[in-house]
Amino acid sequence: MGPDDHGADRPAAPASPSRRRALSIGFGVLAVPVIAAAGYQSIRSASGGSTISANLTLVAPAAAGGGWDAFQRELQQVMRTHSLVGNVQVVNIPGAGGTIALGSVGRLTQPNTLMVGGTGQIAAQIQFDTPSQITDVTPVARVIEEYDLIAVPADGPHQDLDGLIADWRENTPDVAWTGGGSFDQLVMTDLALAADIAPGDTTYIPSDGGGEAIQAILNGTAQATAGGFADIYPQVEFGRLRALGVVAPQRLEGVDIPTLPELGYDVTLTNWRALFAPPVVTAEEIAEFEELLEQAFATPEWADAVARYNWVEVPATGEELRAYIEEETERIAGLFAEIEG
Amino acid sequence: MDQLGLLMEGFAGALTPMNLLWVVVGCLLGTAVGVLPGLGSSMAVALLLPMTFALDPTAAFILFAGVYFGGLFGDSTMAILLNTPGQASAIASTFEGHKMANSGRAPQALATAAIGAFIGGMIASVLVVFLSPTLVAVSASFGPPEYFALALFAFVATSSVVADNIAKGLAALVIGVAITMVGIDGISGLERYTLGAPQLFDGISLVTVTVGILALGEVLFVASRIRGTREDLRIRAAGRPFLSAAEVKEAAPAWARGTLIGLPFGVVPAGGAEVPTFLAYEAERRLDRRRKHPVFGKGAIRGLAAPEAAGNATTGMAMGALLALGLPISATAAIMLAAFRQYGLQPGPLLFERSPELVWALLASFFLAMVVLLIINLPFAQLWSKLLLIPKPQLYGGITLFCGLGIYATSGAVFDLLMLLGVGVLGFLMRRYEYPLAPLMIGMVLGPLAESSLRDALLSSVGDPRVLVSSPITIVIYALLAVVVALAVRAAVRQRTREDL
Repeated sequence: MGPDDHGADRPAAPASPSRRRALSIGFGVLAVPVIAAAGYQSIRSASGGSTISANLTLVAPAAAGGGWDAFQRELQQVMRTHSLVGNVQVVNIPGAGGTIALGSVGRLTQPNTLMVGGTGQIAAQIQFDTPSQITDVTPVARVIEEYDLIAVPADGPHQDLDGLIADWRENTPDVAWTGGGSFDQLVMTDLALAADIAPGDTTYIPSDGGGEAIQAILNGTAQATAGGFADIYPQVEFGRLRALGVVAPQRLEGVDIPTLPELGYDVTLTNWRALFAPPVVTAEEIAEFEELLEQAFATPEWADAVARYNWVEVPATGEELRAYIEEETERIAGLFAEIEG
Repeated sequence: MDQLGLLMEGFAGALTPMNLLWVVVGCLLGTAVGVLPGLGSSMAVALLLPMTFALDPTAAFILFAGVYFGGLFGDSTMAILLNTPGQASAIASTFEGHKMANSGRAPQALATAAIGAFIGGMIASVLVVFLSPTLVAVSASFGPPEYFALALFAFVATSSVVADNIAKGLAALVIGVAITMVGIDGISGLERYTLGAPQLFDGISLVTVTVGILALGEVLFVASRIRGTREDLRIRAAGRPFLSAAEVKEAAPAWARGTLIGLPFGVVPAGGAEVPTFLAYEAERRLDRRRKHPVFGKGAIRGLAAPEAAGNATTGMAMGALLALGLPISATAAIMLAAFRQYGLQPGPLLFERSPELVWALLASFFLAMVVLLIINLPFAQLWSKLLLIPKPQLYGGITLFCGLGIYATSGAVFDLLMLLGVGVLGFLMRRYEYPLAPLMIGMVLGPLAESSLRDALLSSVGDPRVLVSSPITIVIYALLAVVVALAVRAAVRQRTREDL
């Protein structure tokens, strides 16, 4: 405003500048308390910002719209509804099958972050030999798993799994498989091995997500799919696909489809999801995480989400989880060797 | 007219003061996100999803419809005013739209776009109401051979964007296709041109390239000339508001043709809205050449009206396909599916029988969202074009900031910002040496579609190339392709003979 800063009491010749000044003073009067309040709020929530209960970041190692993203947003909602933590946000770190996020979380120096992860990241680290590995982060808790469903078109020739396998063995390259991600391809590989079919001779058409995989089956591009239960089962209900078997250790509640072990094929690869913390966490902080998650998973909202996505809860922590992840890594590495072999 | 009665009931459920408030909130949010470069509707819908847990289903769907369509209305605003589209589906709108804005017809251009988006979306919504069940049958007949034929057809049909200067046009096209090669090949699992960097495993996203080449490239280009010619700094006239009767008459056939081109693409699963916008633009351009006084290149209202209508017709139909098929074929669709499931709805062939009240309320909210968007966008056209009154240094500084924000918000990675900058410099160099930008974008959109569909088709036929011409749809598309090529050859021969005489 410069030298005529005291001009407010001078008779204002042009009306508009003085009105403008009045306005700006008005805004200033309004702005000061608003900014002060916001500042106080942010300082308050940031104070001790690194403690887990004050400010928690949930990392989804994929873009918005996938299974990992859905998991974290459901968890965020549960934590918010029950005020389990002061401030909780979801951050998407997509890229390289989730291993970019492995690297980012592995470098964090504060403990207050939980990343969801699982089979997909292990598959990516083995397939592409990525610089970041699942061992760069600290496992906190395995939470849920999902199962694949083997399905064929409802109007197709295959009535049951044995029929499909017989045809597949007879005309290996002609029976094209599809799936929405690398996990689905692993399931198909495991099934081929269990049925004594060379995985390397099989035709596998990768689709981008469950929707595209179903489309590939319906338009005749592929003859069979191993796909996520939540994607495939509705299409079975609509009568467009025929389910031949669930890739699960035991039958699912309320679903009248036999499991693969029941049918005589030892395939039990499951798509599990666990939560991981930055490597800097201490034993006390892991205990704090475990307690927080226990509260979150005991809420009716979480139970509701589990039912909605057809998840199955498979809690595991500590040494048990560590050993499990090691086993899974070896198992997946073995399957990839078969695909390439 | 069973459907009409059900739709009326849907309106009755949707038209409460509270729901109207939600639709306005949704539309404003969607428009705001659409205007920001790089932020698509999938991000907006993902952020919104947790919020809707607290709402009743009707209100939640209405909010979603507002955001979904608001993003579509908003994305062309910056494309037209500043030549900086935020999404790939708005690229075709920059060609003539920005020229209109430059010649002082910004409000008219925005109004043309808003009305085009309204018409395309509205007609698509009407068709969805009556045709949803039959969509199921149509979509299943579209496989990789059909997609490959479609990609070839689109390549040839849009070839005239290359033809102005064949060498430079082809160079730009090849750059576009080459960019899409980066990343892990989905079929063989091999790395292509990643230089071992895991950040490149998923390829370079179309969003980054769109924002980098078109928005940031434009900023750098304007900045490079800002000292040379003060003329560019002059304020452009905002022009008179709204369309005149003559302009409406001029644009009307283009709106209609654009809608017609866009509709079938929405039925085809997994097809983006970019291809129809390019085709609609190209069709108008070819028609324009036959007129006595061609106006393309000088801000032709038809060149803007058609792609806008086409883009929204496609996305409107795609929403219908999501409801009828229940397939999460895009990120946005996957999030919407999650939202539907939350209310115990399973989109798919049985949806209309199982939960009619909710479906019809949702369809009614489509219409409401369209009307509200038209109402808030027409007056906003005046307001938005005031943006051009901001002095260029500040204006383009602001755009740069928003470009960075948009890209950073989707990935949170500094690497992507550097990539954006690199692509922006490429965009600047292409402008500086007068390489056309459209072929690059077309190459990026069609290249992967052609590649993956050809390989999928051959995989499924175990290497037998006859699969490519095995269905009636492919034969029709190739026949159309032959006609387009024949017409082009005939025109070229005529031109040559005329020159010879």
